[in-house]
Amino acid sequence: MTNAEKNRLKDKAFQVFGVFCTFIGLVILAIFLIDILIEGLARIDWDFITSLPSRRASRAGILTAWAGTLWILVLTSVIAFPLGIAAGVYLEEYSKKTRLANFLEVNIANLAGVPSIIYGLLGMEMFGRVMGLGGSILAGALTLSLLVLPIIIVTTREAIKAVPRSIRDASYALGASKWQTTWNQVLPASFGGILTGVILALSRAVGEAAPLIVIGALAYVPFVPTSPTDEFTVLPIQIFNWTSRPQADFLVNAAAAIIILLLITFILNGIAVYLRNKWQKRVKW
Amino acid sequence: MSNVRLTYTKLNFAILLGGSLLLGACGGNNKTEEGTNGTVSENLTGSIQIDGSSTVYPITEAVAEEFRAEAPDVKVTVGVSGSGGGFKKFSRGEIDLANASRSIKPEEADAAKENNISFVELSVAFDGLTVVVHPENNWVKEITVAELKKIWEPAAQGKIKKWNQIRPEWPDKEIHLYGAGVESGTYDYFTEAIVGKSHSSRGDYTASEDDNVLVQGVSTDPLALGFFGYAYYEENQSKLKAVPVDDQNDANGKGAILPSMETVKDGSYAPLSRPLFIYVNSKATARPEVVEFVNFYLDNAATLSQEVGYIPMPEEQYKEQKAKFQQFASGSAKK
Repeated sequence: MTNAEKNRLKDKAFQVFGVFCTFIGLVILAIFLIDILIEGLARIDWDFITSLPSRRASRAGILTAWAGTLWILVLTSVIAFPLGIAAGVYLEEYSKKTRLANFLEVNIANLAGVPSIIYGLLGMEMFGRVMGLGGSILAGALTLSLLVLPIIIVTTREAIKAVPRSIRDASYALGASKWQTTWNQVLPASFGGILTGVILALSRAVGEAAPLIVIGALAYVPFVPTSPTDEFTVLPIQIFNWTSRPQADFLVNAAAAIIILLLITFILNGIAVYLRNKWQKRVKW
Repeated sequence: MSNVRLTYTKLNFAILLGGSLLLGACGGNNKTEEGTNGTVSENLTGSIQIDGSSTVYPITEAVAEEFRAEAPDVKVTVGVSGSGGGFKKFSRGEIDLANASRSIKPEEADAAKENNISFVELSVAFDGLTVVVHPENNWVKEITVAELKKIWEPAAQGKIKKWNQIRPEWPDKEIHLYGAGVESGTYDYFTEAIVGKSHSSRGDYTASEDDNVLVQGVSTDPLALGFFGYAYYEENQSKLKAVPVDDQNDANGKGAILPSMETVKDGSYAPLSRPLFIYVNSKATARPEVVEFVNFYLDNAATLSQEVGYIPMPEEQYKEQKAKFQQFASGSAKK
C-alpha cells in the first residue's frame, strides 16, 4: 500500500466515523421525538389547549401553562435583550483591557455555567422577598433574565468581533465618533448574530422549570394571568407535575404538553434562522 | 425553500398569538356539573394561596377545581414546594393554607409563632405507604416491621445486602432497595414509622422524589424491595407485588395485612398508613372565602381524595375535623 492510499483510507475512515457521530445525536433525538409523538399527538386537540388544569386527565388542559410561558417569554426578552446587548457592546467596544475587564470577562463566562436552580434561589431572595414581587411573572422573568444574560452577552461579543476592523476604521476616517460607529456600522452588521443568540437563549429559558419552582411559580393556576404581577405557571412545571402522577393518563397529557413546548421552541429557532438569513443578506462589505 | 419555511413559521406564530387573545375571552366557562356537597354562596371573591406537599397536591387541586364551580370569583392557586417548603412559606405568612404529608415540626411551629401566626392542623385523607417487590419474587409472602427496620435502619448501611440476612429461608441473593428521596414527607413518615426516628435511614438505596421512577425501578428488578404511596401501587398492580406488613400488634388486626381501601381506612394497616393534612393560618380564617373553602374541602375530601387515588377517612372523622376547624375559626375571630 502506498502512502497516498493509506492517507486516502484514513480519510475514508474518518468520514465514516464523522457520519456515525452525527447520527448518534440525530437517532437519539428521533427516538425521543417519535416516542413523544406516538404517545401524545392523539391527545392534542383544541380542548387540551384551551382547558384549565383538572384532576381528571381527560379534561385537563394547558391553557394557563402556555399563557404563563408566553408571558415569561415576552417579559424575559424585554428585560434581557437591552441589558445583554448593552453589556456586550460595552465589553467589546468600550472597555479597556484592564484587570477589571478581565475579571468581568471571566465571571460572565463562569455565570453561563451556573446551575439554573442557583439563579432560582437568588431570584427568590432578591426579587421575591427583598423587592416584594413574590411568585409573580415579573419575578420569574427577572430570574430567567439573569439566567440568559451571560449567554446573550457572550454571543453579542462574538457577533461584534466578527465585524471587520476595516469597517470601523472607515467610519472613524470619515470623522464618526465611537457611538456613531457602533450604532450605525457595528450593530447593524452584527445584528443577525446577536438576534440568533438572544433567541437561542430564550428557547433555553422557555424550558426551565427548576428556578421558577424555587421562586414560587405554582402548579395549579385556574386563571390566565393578566398582568406581570399575577401568579403563574409554565409548561415545564405542568409537565413535571403530570409526569409525577400515578395515573397513566397524566403521562399522556405530559407527552402532549411536551409536543406543544417543542413546537414553541421550534418556532423560536425558526425565527432565529430566518433573522440570521435576512440580516446576512443585507450586510455587504 | 427558505421562503416556504418562513411563511410556515409565521403562520404558526400568528395562530399562537391569535389563540392567546381568543382564550382570554373563553377561559371562564369551564364549570363542572358533578354534584358536590355543601352550599357556597355565589358572590364570594378574593384569592386563596396554597402551597406545600406534592403528595397532597392532587386532593387540593381536585377540591380547588370543584370549588371554582361553586365560587367562580375566588382565585385559588396551589403550588408544590414540598411539605418543608410549604411550611417555610406558611410560617412566614406568605400563604393561607399549607398542604403537608407530615405534621409540622417544632422548629417550623416556632417560626410561625414568631410571626404571630397560629394555625390548625386538619387531616383530610389517608395514604397507605405500600411495600412492594417484583412480581416474580416468590419468596416474600409477608414482612414484619422489625424486619423492615433491620433493612432500613442506618446501621444496615453496607451490611444488610442479601435477602437471607433478613430471613434465613429467603434466598442468598442481593437485595436492591428503592425508596423516597430524603427531602420528601414520605421519607420522614416511613423512617419515623419503621426505624423509629424521623429522617434517619441507611443511605445506600435508590432514592427518588418521583414515585414513578421507583415504580419503574421495582418493576424491572427481580431483586428489588421498595416503598411508595398506595396510588402508585394501585395504578401499576400488574407490574408490582405488594407485601403484607405485620406490626406484631394484634390489637389492630392479626398477622400481616395488605394495604387496601378498607385496611387503611379502619387503621389495621399499621404503621404505614399515614394521614395527609392541610394547615390553616389563623389570620386567613378572618376571610369568608377561606372559611368557605376549608369547609368545602372537608365536605368533599372523602369523594375527591378517593377519585385521585387516596383513601378517605371514616365519615365521623371528617365531622370531627370540621368541628375542630369551626372552633379554631371562631376562636381566632375573637382575638
